Amino acid sequence: MSLEAKTEQQIVIKQSISHPKESKLKDFLSILMLNKAAMVGGIIILFYIFIALFAPLLAPFDPYEIKLENKLLPPSADHWMGTDDKGRDILSRILYGSRLSMGVGFAAVSFGSFFGIIFGLVAGYYGKWVDSIIMRAMDVMLAFPGILLALAIISALGPGLMNVTIAVGAFSVPLFARIVRGSTLEVKRLEYIDAIRSLGANDMTIIFKHIFPNILSPIIVQGTLRLATAILSAAGLSFLGLGAQPPSPEWGTMLSNGRDFLFSAPYIALFPGLAISILVLGFNIFGDGLRDAFDPRMKK
Amino acid sequence: MKMTENNKPILEVKGLKTHFFTKRGVSKAVDGIDFTLQKGETLGIVGESGCGKSMTSLSILRLIPSPPGKIAGGQVLYKGKDLVTMSEDEMRKIRGNEISMIFQEPMTSLNPVIPVGEQIAEALRLHQKMGRKAAWDRAVEMLKLVGIPSPEKRAKQEPFQLSGGMRQRVMIAMALACKPEVLIADEPTTALDVTIQAQILALIKDLQTKLGMGVIMITHDLGVVAETCDNVAVMYAGNIIEYASTEQIFSNPKHPYTQGLLDSLPKIYEDQEELRTIEGSVPSPYNMPSGCRFASRCPFQQPICYQQQPELMEQNDGVKVRCWMYTDQWTGQVEKQEAVK
Repeated sequence: MSLEAKTEQQIVIKQSISHPKESKLKDFLSILMLNKAAMVGGIIILFYIFIALFAPLLAPFDPYEIKLENKLLPPSADHWMGTDDKGRDILSRILYGSRLSMGVGFAAVSFGSFFGIIFGLVAGYYGKWVDSIIMRAMDVMLAFPGILLALAIISALGPGLMNVTIAVGAFSVPLFARIVRGSTLEVKRLEYIDAIRSLGANDMTIIFKHIFPNILSPIIVQGTLRLATAILSAAGLSFLGLGAQPPSPEWGTMLSNGRDFLFSAPYIALFPGLAISILVLGFNIFGDGLRDAFDPRMKK
Repeated sequence: MKMTENNKPILEVKGLKTHFFTKRGVSKAVDGIDFTLQKGETLGIVGESGCGKSMTSLSILRLIPSPPGKIAGGQVLYKGKDLVTMSEDEMRKIRGNEISMIFQEPMTSLNPVIPVGEQIAEALRLHQKMGRKAAWDRAVEMLKLVGIPSPEKRAKQEPFQLSGGMRQRVMIAMALACKPEVLIADEPTTALDVTIQAQILALIKDLQTKLGMGVIMITHDLGVVAETCDNVAVMYAGNIIEYASTEQIFSNPKHPYTQGLLDSLPKIYEDQEELRTIEGSVPSPYNMPSGCRFASRCPFQQPICYQQQPELMEQNDGVKVRCWMYTDQWTGQVEKQEAVK
């Protein structure tokens, strides 16, 4: 009797000082807010997402419409970023292009992380020969410079934005696999995994319900940083003529187009280049900020 | 020794050996142990760190990290079925459902990102094919049973919002959700405050009478043994060296190691300058002596102790002890007198 009463009392005290449920997310956001660079990165990303979503409403002209009488106009009140060699409005093309670049980036990273996470979880959890086979295959993929691997994949599949997505995604697979495997190794040694196994859980439940949610933070950080690389690589491949094909308003393609006019009309290459750089910068500093926010040592 | 019931034992461990095959050699963590557990009995397994008591409990549920660990021999009979040779699928049906375990460290034994109610419900959904809602209701009921106030609210909380004692209660609720027949409690109170310790032990005792389970209490705390256990197995370096009722162990310890263990407890009525200790240290598990494993630390050692390992033999009073002192081969007469005293 007295025993129960005592615990009751203790718990009432505990309750009054324990945090509300949303405190975890709040903590996380407040740490993220403190990081000025991360906030700037986040705002840049949100801005680009906004542009991509509302491109048709924001664009003053049709990005595909060729008007040769307007060709190579420098930036002006009508055409804020000027026009290209076929008289198309560069601002409109950049606005529409954001959909392509962001789309390729997200698709490639989703593709790469999906396979990378599965390989990493399986390798880390089962260990032994499963681990050896998967990780040696990943090492082989890592041994190629990323862009070279992408070139090889595209030369096999043929040029096109879809194939660029696959190629860029493919060289993200080993990076995700490595991070996920490492975290899985760490988490699977923890006592609560033994505890859940002692309750009779099977491997799938343990891997996907108990390990995966606990290793999300490094995956999210890596995903954000990979987005920057993926967008840059996709633009690079398009610049080389392997990705999006003209007249698509992909930034890399536009850059490649503007190369011929670097001296006479530098703005044709300048603005798509800036669009790429700023977006990549945004993802990079946001990813760094996330890493700090997830790091428990940063919490006070 | 005292038997709580005359029925067939619910759990019978026969000659269980768990070895670790590492680069340094074979570590014999558990080296041929035998004990039985009756329905409703509490068996204490005591011994110092590294004597193999936790490995014994993990071996029963086949949860030893493998590789390098491996059950190298023996049987674990649960209701007559051998758990050692059982398929992994069948074993999963036993775990959590028929035999459950409570772990030592309540702070790290719960998944940090899943609400505790969900974790209890999971055990039910795994074994009893319960629906989400039914399992949740039962989980809340379990939290109430283990004495957590406002269980509806607590069930939705994540482990970091609970104190150590509460988490241990949650662990107990998880382990008992499916009403197992055997509960293995691996140092359930070591990480807790003394006041919470008493509550948790009382709770386990209480639930044991309600559910009629057999409990294996693994501990290094002789106080816990005295309070909760019917019988005690004392382990040393992978062996059981004495196996008797709790009363016999405390009133008349036979093995020199058990005597040393009880001697090293601080005594409240004696003026002690220094706590007594057992000289020497445990032999390396990689290089076990061929004779008695306690011989080098034993105050009564004789040449025979170094030659051959004694068997665990039952004495007239039912106590089983692994010591040459209680056999006909013993020559050191005087020491025996002293030992009994």
